[in-house]
Amino acid sequence: MSEPVLCVRDLVIGFPTRRGMLTAVDGISFDIAAGEVLGVVGESGAGKSLTGAAVIGLLEPPGRILGGSVQLKGQRIDNLGPEALRRLRGRRIGMVFQDPLTSLNPLYRIGDQIVETIRTHANVSMAAASERAIELLQEVGIQGARSRINAYPHEFSGGMRQRVVLALALCADPDLLIADEPTTALDVSIQAQIIALIKRLCRQRGTSVMLITHDMGVIAETADRVAVMYAGRIAEIGPVRDVVRQPHHPYTRGLMGAIPSAEATPSARLTQIPGSMPRLTAIPQGCAFNPRCPHAFERCKLERPEPMPVARSHAACWLVPELAGAPR
Amino acid sequence: MSKAPALVEVRDLTRVFDVSKPWLNRLLEGEKRSLLRAVAGVSFAIGRRETLALVGESGSGKSTVARMIVGLLRPTDGSVSIDGIDMWAPASAGQRQKLRRRLQMIFQDPYASLNPRWRVDRIIADPIKAFGLMQDRAEIEHRVGELLRLVGLDPADGQKYPHEFSGGQRQRICIARALSSNPEFIVCDEPTSALDVSVQAQILNLMRDLQDRLGLSYFFISHNLAVVKHMAARIGVMYLGRIVELAPSADLFKAPRHPYSRMLIDALPDLAMSGRQRKAIEGEIPNPVSPPPGCAFHPRCPHAFDRCRREIPELLAHGTARAACHGVAEGRI
Repeated sequence: MSEPVLCVRDLVIGFPTRRGMLTAVDGISFDIAAGEVLGVVGESGAGKSLTGAAVIGLLEPPGRILGGSVQLKGQRIDNLGPEALRRLRGRRIGMVFQDPLTSLNPLYRIGDQIVETIRTHANVSMAAASERAIELLQEVGIQGARSRINAYPHEFSGGMRQRVVLALALCADPDLLIADEPTTALDVSIQAQIIALIKRLCRQRGTSVMLITHDMGVIAETADRVAVMYAGRIAEIGPVRDVVRQPHHPYTRGLMGAIPSAEATPSARLTQIPGSMPRLTAIPQGCAFNPRCPHAFERCKLERPEPMPVARSHAACWLVPELAGAPR
Repeated sequence: MSKAPALVEVRDLTRVFDVSKPWLNRLLEGEKRSLLRAVAGVSFAIGRRETLALVGESGSGKSTVARMIVGLLRPTDGSVSIDGIDMWAPASAGQRQKLRRRLQMIFQDPYASLNPRWRVDRIIADPIKAFGLMQDRAEIEHRVGELLRLVGLDPADGQKYPHEFSGGQRQRICIARALSSNPEFIVCDEPTSALDVSVQAQILNLMRDLQDRLGLSYFFISHNLAVVKHMAARIGVMYLGRIVELAPSADLFKAPRHPYSRMLIDALPDLAMSGRQRKAIEGEIPNPVSPPPGCAFHPRCPHAFDRCRREIPELLAHGTARAACHGVAEGRI
C-alpha cells in the first residue's frame, strides 16, 4: 500500500486546569489511506471531536497537543504556525461540521462564499470561479444552481445547507475531508441523502475522509474502517464489517448490543453497559473501561492495554490473546 | 384491538397555529394571515398496558399531538378522552383534575426539565404534594427513596442537585418524578434522543421493566424507527400532520404499505450489513404552511398519480394495518 494520507501517532491532547493537566485524548494512533473513509465513533466525551480538531489545528484554547505527531502525506502538520495552518485548511483538508449554519456566513450570498473560497485557493478569474461554483452546486445536488447561487443561507433547508457546506469543503479538492457529525442535525431521510452524497463525491475525487459520529449506523453505511473511542483512547480499530459484526473489545460488543435494531425481535432486551463514561478528572487506572467491563480481571485494573492485533482488527483489551484463539 | 375499552381515545385531533406576521406588517406588506396546520384529523386509541408510538421527521406534528393529549395545548378541533373522560370538554372540569394524576409526561431534554435549584427529593416529591397524595413528611421521604430505587438510583441521591448527575441519571430522575403520582399512562416525547446509545439502552430497558411491573401504558414519540420498534406494539407514521400508516410494529417493518413508511424503513442504516437493496430517497419535507394539495407526500412519491394530487387520502384498513394512500386503496402498490 502507498503512503497514508493522514498518519496520527501517539497523539495526546490536554487541557491545563488549576488542578493539573486533564488528558482528554491519550496516545492514539491511526492512519487513513488514500481514498479511504475512516469512521471515528464513540459516545459523548470519548475525545473523537477533539481528535478531529487537533488534526486541522482547530483545538479551542486552552486545549493543546501535548505529544505525538500528525502527518499529512508525510509532512508534519501538528507543529505548523497559524499562518501555515490557515493555508492548509480548506486547501488540503476540508471540513464539514454538524451545524451547517456555523460554516456559512448569514450575510453573504452562498455563491459569493463559494467564489471567495475558490479564489482564495486558486488563481482564477471571477467569472471562472463563479462558473466553477455553479458546477459545484450542481454536483452536490442543488437544483437550479444558476439561480440559487444568489440565495442567502437562510433561504435553504438544513439538508440543502449541508450540501452547500460540502461544496465549500470540496471546492479546493483537498486530500482529506474531516466531517464531524455531518448528519446529526438532519432528519433520517435527509441524513441518508447526505451520507450517499459524501460517499459518492469522495469516491469520485479519491478524497480520504475522517468521519466523526456517535451513530454506528452512519459508520456502517459509509466507512471502510472504524475506530471506536472510549475515554480518550482507541478501544478497537478495524474494517467496519468486522467491528460491526464481530466486535472484539467488550466495550464495542456492549455498544453494538445497545443499539436497537430494526431486524431484532422486539422482545429481546438491549445489552446494558452498567454505569457511564468516566469524567476526565476520574479516568480509572489500567484499562479505562474496567469498572464497567463484565470480563475485567486483576490485570485490567493495573496495566493499560495498547491496541493488539486480533483477526483483521486491533483491540486494546487484555482478553485479546484469549479471544483471538477462542471461537465466539 | 378493541376488546376492552381503550384507555386513551383520540378522535380527529386537529391543531392550527397562527404563524402570521404582526398585524401592522400584514397591513403594510399586504400579506394574508398564514395558518399552519400542525396536526390534521389524527385518530387512534391506546389500550391498557399498551405502547403506541408515533414516528415522523421534524415538523410532522408528533410532539403537538403529545402536548394535546396531556393537556398542555388546546386542540383546535377533535377530542382526547382518557378512561372515558374528555380532556377538553368544559363539562368534565372536575373529573379532569382527578384525571391529571393518572397521566404524566417525560420530556426529551433531561437538562431542561429539572429545576436546577431544587434538590432531587423535592423534585420527585412535587407531584405527591401537588396532588395531595401524602401529608406526612416521613411517609413522603420513604416514598421518594422507594421511587429512586425503582429507577435504579440510590435513596441517598435525593440530597443532591440535578447538576451532579449525568444525562442518563437525570432522565431516571424525570421518570421517578413521573411515577410519583402513581400514573397509569405516560406520554414520552423523545425520551432518549439526547442520550448516548449505551445510556439509551439503559433507559429503554428501564421503561420496559417499569411497564411490566406497574402496568403502565405509554404513548411514545420518536424520530428513530429502531427505538420505536423496540418499544411499541403498534406504530403510527406521521407526515405533515397526518397519520399516513398505523400498523402493528412487526407488520410495519415486514410489509410497510404507505410509500412514506417504506422510504423511512429504507433510510434505516443497515447495521446488520446484509447489503440489502434499498431505494435512494429523494426530496425534502415541504413547508407545512403551504402543504401540497391532495396527499401531502405526492411530490416525493414514486407512485403518485392524478388522484393523489387532488384528493386527500383517508386512513383505511388494509389487513392488520391502516394506510392513507390512494395507491394502496386501489391495489396499485
